[in-house]
Formats: sequence, structure tokens, C-alpha cells
Amino acid sequence: MKDFSYQKAESVDAAIGLIGQTAGAKFLGGGTNLVDLMRENIERPDAVVDVTHLSADIQQAADGTIRIGAAVKNTALANHKLIRENFPFLSQAILFGASGQIRNMATVGGNLLQRTRCYYFYDSTAQCNKREPGAGCDAIDGINRIHAILGTSDACIATHPSDMCVALAALDARVIVQGSNGSRMIAFNDFHRLPEKTPQIETELRDGELITAIELPRNDFAKRSLYRKVRDRASYAFAVVSVAAALEVENNQIKTVRLALGGVAHKPWRASAAESVLQGLPATEANFQRGAEAELKNAKVFAHNSFKIELVKRTIVSALKELAEQRGTNS
Amino acid sequence: MRYTSPLELDRPTQQRGHIGKPLNRVDGQLKVKGEATFSAEYTVENLAYAAIVYSSITKGRVTKLDKSIAEKANGVLAVITPETAPRTQKPPTLASRKGASASELLVFQDATVHWNGQPIAIVVAETQDRADEAANLIRVEYETAEAAVSFDALKQTAKLPPNVRREPSEIRIGNAETALNAAEFKVDNLYHTPRCNHNAIESYATVAVWHDDGRLTVFDSTQFVTGFRDTLAAMFGMKPEAIRVIAPFVGGGFGGKGVLWWHTALCVMAAKVVNRPVKLSLSREGTFRATGGRTPSEQRVAIGAGKDGKFVSLIHSSTIATTTHNNFFEQVSFPPRHLYAAKNFYIGQKSINLDTVANTYMRGPGESIGNFSLESAIDELADALKIDPIELRRINEPTQDPTNNRAFSMRNLTLAYQRGAEKFGWKQRPPRSQKQGKWLIGQGVATAYYPHYHFPSSVRVRISADGTAIVQTSAQDMGMGVATVLIQHAAEKLGLPIDRVSFEYGDSNLPRSAIAAASVQTVSNITAIEAAIEKMMRELLAISGANSPLAGLKYEGIEVRDGGIFSKGTPSKGETYRSILQRVGRDSVQAEATEGEPPEMKKFSMGSYGAHFCEVRVNEETGETRVSRWLGSFDCGKIINPKTATSQFRGGIIWGIGMALTEETLFDERKGRIINASLAEYHVPVNLDVPNIDIIYTDIPDKYTSSGAHGVGEIGITGVAAALANAVYNATGKRIRELPITLDKLL
Repeated sequence: MKDFSYQKAESVDAAIGLIGQTAGAKFLGGGTNLVDLMRENIERPDAVVDVTHLSADIQQAADGTIRIGAAVKNTALANHKLIRENFPFLSQAILFGASGQIRNMATVGGNLLQRTRCYYFYDSTAQCNKREPGAGCDAIDGINRIHAILGTSDACIATHPSDMCVALAALDARVIVQGSNGSRMIAFNDFHRLPEKTPQIETELRDGELITAIELPRNDFAKRSLYRKVRDRASYAFAVVSVAAALEVENNQIKTVRLALGGVAHKPWRASAAESVLQGLPATEANFQRGAEAELKNAKVFAHNSFKIELVKRTIVSALKELAEQRGTNS
Repeated sequence: MRYTSPLELDRPTQQRGHIGKPLNRVDGQLKVKGEATFSAEYTVENLAYAAIVYSSITKGRVTKLDKSIAEKANGVLAVITPETAPRTQKPPTLASRKGASASELLVFQDATVHWNGQPIAIVVAETQDRADEAANLIRVEYETAEAAVSFDALKQTAKLPPNVRREPSEIRIGNAETALNAAEFKVDNLYHTPRCNHNAIESYATVAVWHDDGRLTVFDSTQFVTGFRDTLAAMFGMKPEAIRVIAPFVGGGFGGKGVLWWHTALCVMAAKVVNRPVKLSLSREGTFRATGGRTPSEQRVAIGAGKDGKFVSLIHSSTIATTTHNNFFEQVSFPPRHLYAAKNFYIGQKSINLDTVANTYMRGPGESIGNFSLESAIDELADALKIDPIELRRINEPTQDPTNNRAFSMRNLTLAYQRGAEKFGWKQRPPRSQKQGKWLIGQGVATAYYPHYHFPSSVRVRISADGTAIVQTSAQDMGMGVATVLIQHAAEKLGLPIDRVSFEYGDSNLPRSAIAAASVQTVSNITAIEAAIEKMMRELLAISGANSPLAGLKYEGIEVRDGGIFSKGTPSKGETYRSILQRVGRDSVQAEATEGEPPEMKKFSMGSYGAHFCEVRVNEETGETRVSRWLGSFDCGKIINPKTATSQFRGGIIWGIGMALTEETLFDERKGRIINASLAEYHVPVNLDVPNIDIIYTDIPDKYTSSGAHGVGEIGITGVAAALANAVYNATGKRIRELPITLDKLL
């Protein structure tokens, strides 16, 4: 690992000040991904600014919005009563990720900024447009069983690895960020970008901006929600695909449906096409299937990941079926 | 540096009946408390740290290596290239029996690149971080040559090797193809197993210390301290006595640490260049680049049978890969040579050469991948014949070894199946007939098989005048419990309480033990211990003199018990070791013995056997397979320590679950490079993948081995992948003939 300076920020303003002092400096959260990437020689910052003790609260505002400080640990968020009761799939998604030790270290803000697990991104001898814009992508014609099928580009077919973010994508969450020009809000589904021609730019964060909080607006649908993670071993593996689903049914018709997918795209994938097909339809398996088909209509597969289309469809249908059945027994 | 195991005892005062007792492992507390010292943890004064630069091309040569920036980096002591490295001779390979090198390539002596990931430069610095960072600063230019990397492209050109572990690479009995064609029932399929890497939790690590007088001490995570010593001696032109290799604790080896890879020699070179002790500890990625693993294989298995289920033809035809510089032909064809009776046989294994890091021994080499294909095919035939797969195996149980016609020294496989079936509650159900929610449930069985080997081993036993004894041999313990079991065995044979016997090992200065591999270390050493004890008893009789109650007794007339020697005929007549030695004024008496391969090995077909029973659940929607139950029923002779042996069996089964479901080294043929060189992307089983594993065993001694024992190190993994694949078939109706059984294959 190369030499770097370490500074602990005493406030958000101080953190923003410190990050501006060194080109390419990085904010340090739990370090569960950044430090790993530094050891692998993929990230090479000259300075890190520790923000792990800033904004570690979870609070509910009068209008019901829950504000999660960016430094809240993944474990703390998953176990919080407000989250378990109001957004069970968010809690599940976090607990299905990584290991207990990692979740105890990892922060919410850092989770959003996790980088892909693409093999070729991690191997500094491979061609990767993320690491070296314009170098090419070894994954497109390489071993790509774990790669994306939605929203890919000729420059990159990597996926976003987070579980937590898949649930957040279904929740209309908001990301609060602060930079030298003040604070602003980014809708969660706009926060991560598709690769297009610039896969090295992964989010809408501007230079020197710090994530300070995630806001979850109050809703009625997420109480009936679940997170399905399909993986290659029973624990401690990234999702092959995952589905965060919430379903509200009234008079046998779908009143609200929220669907987001993991393991399929460069960003946590909000399944808007499926949602619009399903809106107002009876909650039947056939309709769930129609929704899934609509979402995967534009999927593009590579040599080793064509199975993901069928797998995602099945997982969507299965998750919605289970929610529809839960409703039957609960109401 | 001397290590003796402290003892944590079950019954310290008991003097006989140690064999067969579930003694706690003697080093258990040390390990749990973190007090066991592994190679990378030795504190040596003035230590420097090394990092390796690995080749990013597969074949060719380094044309330019710019080390100017690295050399100027903070804390850097030296950047060593083949040009500036100490000169060394060819390393003797393990196969040559003169050393333990993984390959016969000259190590780091010229600019040629033989595989992607070959070390091409070493950086030595004041700290590991400094060394790692400076390694990043080295810029390399290459001239590339065309490389052979595609198994599929080359398999048509595969050739029969001259032999496979001294057995013929091809066996023909009758005409197997003709008999197959004529058979009423038959199966004929191709099976594939992938590249795999050992991934012991302890990475490979070396600390090399050159002494002022020219001697060399090497701490190394090795399964073979004397083999490593001999290899280094040959390479550096030294006398073996001038080198000491130390490895009392090894954090898992699984075959990978039985051979010497480049990093060990590079560490020794680096220490010479900087004239300081150097540590070279491979990163996880480094273990994938610089050390080899299991070859991929393609195996055709065809079995023809009559309506009665009797095999008329058994064909096992396979291809594996090796390199031109190590010629290790993994013995994938061994299981079909010994497991079933058949009228006609064709067994043959071919090989191709690839430009990769040398392949090597890994977790039941040969048998584990060979049993996958064979035992899957048996299940497929049972299905075709509508015969219970256990019954089909019973019908074809041979009365003597089917290909070499020798008598079995021991074989109770049918009994192991019977007992296993009873305990597991085996019932053959139609495929896809059991379901719970979205989980399809299925059961499977398969045979475990591993040959009984015995390598030469030397042991020294000493009894002191205070009535204690010590056993010394250079043996290695990677966690399997050899220290515990050898203490147990020696205490039994010496008639001493367990806490009077200590064990010194893991040091090449001690008498030369067999390698800790091929499940031989324990069984080879117990034979040597028995021989050394016999010598010592004869010596004690000779020195005991006319005043001893033993006077006039011959060796044949004595028994050893209660801390001494007693007359068989007159049990009251005897004298303790302590009394003899104190009376004749000796501090101690000692004897050393070397025991080679016993003649029985050539007379009998000697193997260990077992039956796996498992239950899996396959998610009908996602194809995810989870194992819910396991029972292993083994036939491995007399079990010396049920606790450590059971752990060995369990460990093997857990690795087998990994082999069956998740483990695969991903190899990008465009570059000849491994791309999942990390434990995050190379999936070994985690706790949640492992169900409760029941172990039972016949405990019937082999009449032709010391204490009736067999090695138990490797048999556990053999047959696991087949049992699991058979269970997956029973659950889903889908036959998966390619490992690992990932969910995409079941959608």
C-alpha cells in the first residue's frame, strides 16, 4: 500500500475543508471496501479523511421521514426498530450482505459508494475502463457470469455489489450531500449512474462532496416488503441476482408495487417498467410474470450470464407471490 | 529452536488402552489461545520484508524491467531480478525423491516467462507495506510468445504418460468397447471437473535466516521440512546438514505445501542479497499466481451391465493437464481400478501440457475427481436398471482386486454401506418426488475410496531415567492431529501414561519423517515408532544386567506395561525403565528406526473405503442447492483417536461440499490468467453451507498394517461430489456432470 495521510474530521465542514486540500483524497468510512481496494492497489489516494464519527444518528421527523446519518453502521441500521418495523426489506437486505464483522464496521454512506466486484476491475493487469478510462473492457468478451444484463454499455458491464442499496432504490430514498457550496439532495435513483461512456464516474457526487445522510420518506407500502437474495453459497457471497419488493393490494388490485433489482446492472436497478405494468392489475401470478417480462424485455446478455434473465424473472414472481400470499393471511 | 508439545490430558494416569480413545488434541489450547507460532509469526531480529512482482504475460520473456523508481522508494533495501539473483542449480522435484520442488524449472535465473503469474522481481524493504508499494512501482516490458492455455483446444492431442504414480497409464482387460456395445443396459457420459486452488487459511510464508558461519535456517509453511531442506541444499550447493527447515505448525496445506514453490527459494535468495533475515509471505492473490492447484479434467465413464446388474464392461477414459516442467499426472484413473468387478475393462488417462503454473497434489488428488465421475455413473446406471444404487454396488463388489487380481488386505465396504444406510435411514425414492415449499429434496450415496500408502519414515524414541519418554521425528502437523495420535500410539507401545510421553517434530534436524501427504504420515510413523521401541527394549534388556529381575529374558518373552518391561510368563517379574536406568547409572536410552514400505504393500490390494449418504434441498425457483444432512460411514482399519479421525473425515466432507457446489478457479484463456484470485470470489464453504455431519466407522483392523490402522487424511473428500450430484438428481431429476453444481446449471 502506498503512503497516505490520515486525518480525522471533527465536523462535516472540517471534512469538506480537509478533502479539498489534497487532490484525489478520499473520505474514509468503515474502510471495508476502500482499504481493501487500497491493499489491492486499485485505489491509491494520497490522503484519507475519516468521517466515521460524524452524523451517526437515526431520527424520525414530524412528517415521518427517517433520517439516517451517513456514519451509521450497517448493523445499527439493520437492527433499528424504525427500520425493522417500517422497512423490513431494508433490514433484510443489510443482514443478507457481507458478514457480521464487516457490517459492524461498514457505514451507510460507504455502502452507497462500494465499487464493483468485477474480476477485471480487481486485476490491475486487465483492461478496465473504470480503472483506466479508454483502456477497454476485458469483461465483455471474458468470463462474465456475474456481470450485468441491464443498462450495460460498450464500455462496461459491471454490476453494483450492494444489497442495502437495492432496498433503498425501492424506497424513493433521498441522498443528502454536502460540499463547499452547501448541501443538496439527490433522489436515490439518480444517485448511481449507468456506465455509458464514462464508467469511471459511478455517482452524481461532485468533487469534494460528502454524503451526510439518507432520508426515507414515510410510506405505507414497505411494511409488506421482502428482500430475496440468490447467491452461490448460503452466506458471505455477493448476490447473483437480488430482488427488493414491496406490495400493497386493495380490493384485490395492486395499489402500490415497488421493485428493485440487484446483481443485474451498474446501479441498483429500480424496476419501473414492471411497476407501471403491474399498477392497478389484480395481484396474480400471471400478472407478476407480465411485469417481470416487461422489465427484462431490453436485457442484453453475454457469454456466461444469459441465465440471469430467467433467474431474475423467477425471483421477481416468487417475491411478489409471497407478498401477495402474506397479505392474504394478514388482512 | 526447539518445540515440544505441551500436554492437555484426558486421563493422565492411564498406562494402557490409549489406542481408540478420543484424546483431546495436544495442541488444541495453544491454537485456541493464539499461542501456536506459524511461519510468518517468528520474530527474528533485523528482519526485512519481501514482495514479489508477478508476470502479467503467459509466455515469453522480460525485455525491460525498470526498477529505478522502486529502488529509490522509502525503505527499499533491494530490487532483485533474475539477472542480479544468486545463482542456483536445478531444484530436485518431489517425483525425483531427491527433493520436493513443484517443478524442475530453474528458479529465477533468466528472463524467460513460463506462466502468467511467475515471479519476475523481488523487492526487499524495511516493512511489508514498503515492499508491497515498491513492487507496484516496477515497470515491465515483455516479448510475448504463443502460449498453450486452452484445455479444450488441446485435449484432442492428449497423450498417454509413461506411467501414473508408477502404475500403468492404461489398462485393458478383455474388450470393453465391444462388451459395452452388446450390453443390455448402459451409460456412457462425459464428466468435467474444474481447476481448483487449495486456499489454506494460512497463506504460504517463509522466513530465511543466513548465519555467520554459512548455515541457513528457514521457517516455512511446509508439509515436508526435510524435502524442502534437500531441495534448497541442491539449489544452493550446500550440505543438507547446513540447512534447517522448521515448521511445527502449518495452517492447512491440503497438498499445496507438500512441494516447494518459488517463493521459498526467492526468500532465501533475498536474505542472501540483503544480508539480513527476510520474510516473504504471499498475499492471497500471490498464492493463486505463484503456487499451483488442481488440474481440470475431462472424464468419460461408460458402464455396460446385464439385467442382473452385473457389469460386463467398465470404461474410464480421462484427460488431465500438466506442464512440461513438472509432469504431474493426477491419478484420476485410480478409483475404477479397484472398486468394481467387471468382465471387461478399459482404463486410461491421457495428459496435455499447458503453459500454466505447475499443477499439483490437492485434497485427495486423483481419487476425489475420479470418484466424482465413476460414482455418478454408477448412480446413472442404477437409475437405468431400476436397482437401488447401494444394491448395484453390492452386486458388483469384487472378491479380489479387479485389475491387479491381488487379495484385499481389508475391505468391509458392504458393511459400511449397511451400517450407514441404517443410521441415515436410506430409502431409494423416485427422482423429483419430495418437496417442501419451493425446496425439492433428494438423497444420494456414493463410495469413498483412497489407497493405503506407506512411505519410509524415521523416528527416534528416548526414555529418560525419570521415566519419561520423547518421540522425535521431523513430521509436520497442518492441523490433522499427528502429534496427538503419535503420542497416543507411543504411550500405548511404551506402557506409559500419556503425560509421560512428549513429541518433538516440525524440524528437519530431527529424524526424517515421511511427508505429510497421501494420508501416509501417521501410519508411516507408527510403524517406525514400533520398530524404534523394539530396538530400545532389546537395548534395555541388554543393559539391565544380572541383578535385574529381567535377567535371562529374551525380547520375545517380554511385555511392555506399567512403565517398564515384564516377563510374559511370570507377570510379577519385571522392572520399570526408571529403575533400570537409575540402577545402571544411565540418563537415558534411545533408539532410532527407519521403516520403509512393508512387503505387504506389494502382495495385497490395500485401500480405505467409505460410503457417503447425503440429503440436499434444491430451490425449485432459483436452482440454489443447500446440503441438509450428511453421514459418512468409513472403513479405514483401526481408528487410533476417534476424535481427531472424525474431525479429519468431517473436514474432508466439508471440502467435498466446496468441490461439489462452489469451488472453481476461473481461468481466462485469452491471457492464461486466473481472474478470481481472492477468497471473496473463490468460494469455499462457509459455516452455513455445512450441515451436521455424522461420522461412523467399522473400526475393523487391517491385519497387515501397524496397529491395524490406515491413513484417514484424504478419504473423506472422495465420493462427496458424486453423492451430492446424485442427491441433486434425486431432488430435481437433473443430472449435473460438470462441477461445481452452481445454480445456473439447475435453472
